[in-house]
Amino acid sequence: MIPSSSQILLPVRMSTIIASFALALFLNFLPWRDLRLVPDFVALVLAFWCVRQPRLVGLGVGWTLGLLTDAGNGVLLGQHALAYSVLAFLSVWLSRRILWFGPMLQSLHIVLILLVTQAAVLLVRLAAGDPFPGWPIIVGPLGGALLWPLVTWLLLLPQRRQEREQAI
Amino acid sequence: MDHTPPPFFKRGPAPLVRLFFFASLSLALLVVDARFRYVDGLRTWLALAAYPLQRAATWPIDIAVSVGGYFSTQANLIEENERLRAQALANMQDAQRYHALQAETAELRRIIGAIDKLEVQSTPAEVLYLSRDPYAHKLFIDRGSVQGVRPGSPVADDTGVVGQVTRVHPLLSEVTLLTNPDQAIPVQVVRNGLRAVAFGGGASGMIELRYMPANAEVQNGDRLVTSGIDGTYPAGLAVATVVRVERDEERSFARVICKPAAGIERGRYVLVLSNEAEGARPPRPDETQAKERRAEKTRRAKTKDKAAGDDSQ
Repeated sequence: MIPSSSQILLPVRMSTIIASFALALFLNFLPWRDLRLVPDFVALVLAFWCVRQPRLVGLGVGWTLGLLTDAGNGVLLGQHALAYSVLAFLSVWLSRRILWFGPMLQSLHIVLILLVTQAAVLLVRLAAGDPFPGWPIIVGPLGGALLWPLVTWLLLLPQRRQEREQAI
Repeated sequence: MDHTPPPFFKRGPAPLVRLFFFASLSLALLVVDARFRYVDGLRTWLALAAYPLQRAATWPIDIAVSVGGYFSTQANLIEENERLRAQALANMQDAQRYHALQAETAELRRIIGAIDKLEVQSTPAEVLYLSRDPYAHKLFIDRGSVQGVRPGSPVADDTGVVGQVTRVHPLLSEVTLLTNPDQAIPVQVVRNGLRAVAFGGGASGMIELRYMPANAEVQNGDRLVTSGIDGTYPAGLAVATVVRVERDEERSFARVICKPAAGIERGRYVLVLSNEAEGARPPRPDETQAKERRAEKTRRAKTKDKAAGDDSQ
């Protein structure tokens, strides 16, 4: 099997990126029962594009998505913006390193990034005077990291499929 | 890997510089939002941009409900019909008694010369979703300033008070739930009329009465209703039931834990109540006090001037 980093992929289309972010926001806005246990899909997709396309998607996109999330959820404006900026920075910074590994080891990097993102939100909330919401909040990032191989496979599909047809 | 060559010369500012820029921008926004509330206009526009996605996110449930409805059996429907008919009968009796009592109350109020109570108007609304934030106990409803929702209106469902509208966007509004630790509601014990203030209990999903004297007469199972003292919540709405009373020897206050009456994180439809007719609300006490103080000051100044005039003469 060829490692994912050395496969030749089609250049990414802007519409794919926009559609994936819209889908992630949609998944985040679904009425979940306990939000602490649900992975943050926007963070996951943002990390993916920052790792794969660090020159197209970076801190600016992360910051804007964070603002949208904040306004949509009616929380302090800027808490997710800050967290997603940190996430985008870490992902862009580590992108070359992460792409060197296989899907499972990539997940280990991603879990760290997601935990740092969650910690940024937590710090802002604690500073704003909210009580600690309990340890289940680390379940979300762990679940997100487990979803990483699936997200990679799904989001690379539009870049991969035609290549296989060409090979035939 | 994609095969565009890296642009050697044009790369923009370094990532660390960008992180610094965006982080300081976020922190500035946070402080401005938390302390001064200057950015509510920006928030309204962003909320409007996110609205289509939020609206779309309720479709899966609508579809599940309608598919479930399609497959419901006739027996189920008949049973539900029976139950609803029985309930409607009971409601009808209650309603008749309510009308009679209302007439009687109006009569009594006229006799003692009290002001007529303001009519409570209600707008039905659908719950869009709960806030995706485990720290904030908020939900969003599909009625906004376009439909005439105003900030501060109480929100209730069929069993009791749910919370209060805290922010109004054009097409949707934000309701802070009773379980939010920052939310307070004036209540009254039905059994003996004892008044208190209930605060949200946060993640526990309960609400609590704080600063109750240790010998306050509250028992397990007492029902709490709104007292209507604050002029925001209409009086007599069910709020909660007492489940535990903690009387600590060391402290002079008792802590009373109550379970909310409304299905605070379950229901799909709520009512937005509004009991403030335009201009009918009495002015806030601080406003009147300030006015009185101002009047007092001018009076004093006038007498002083007069005295000064008298002296000069």
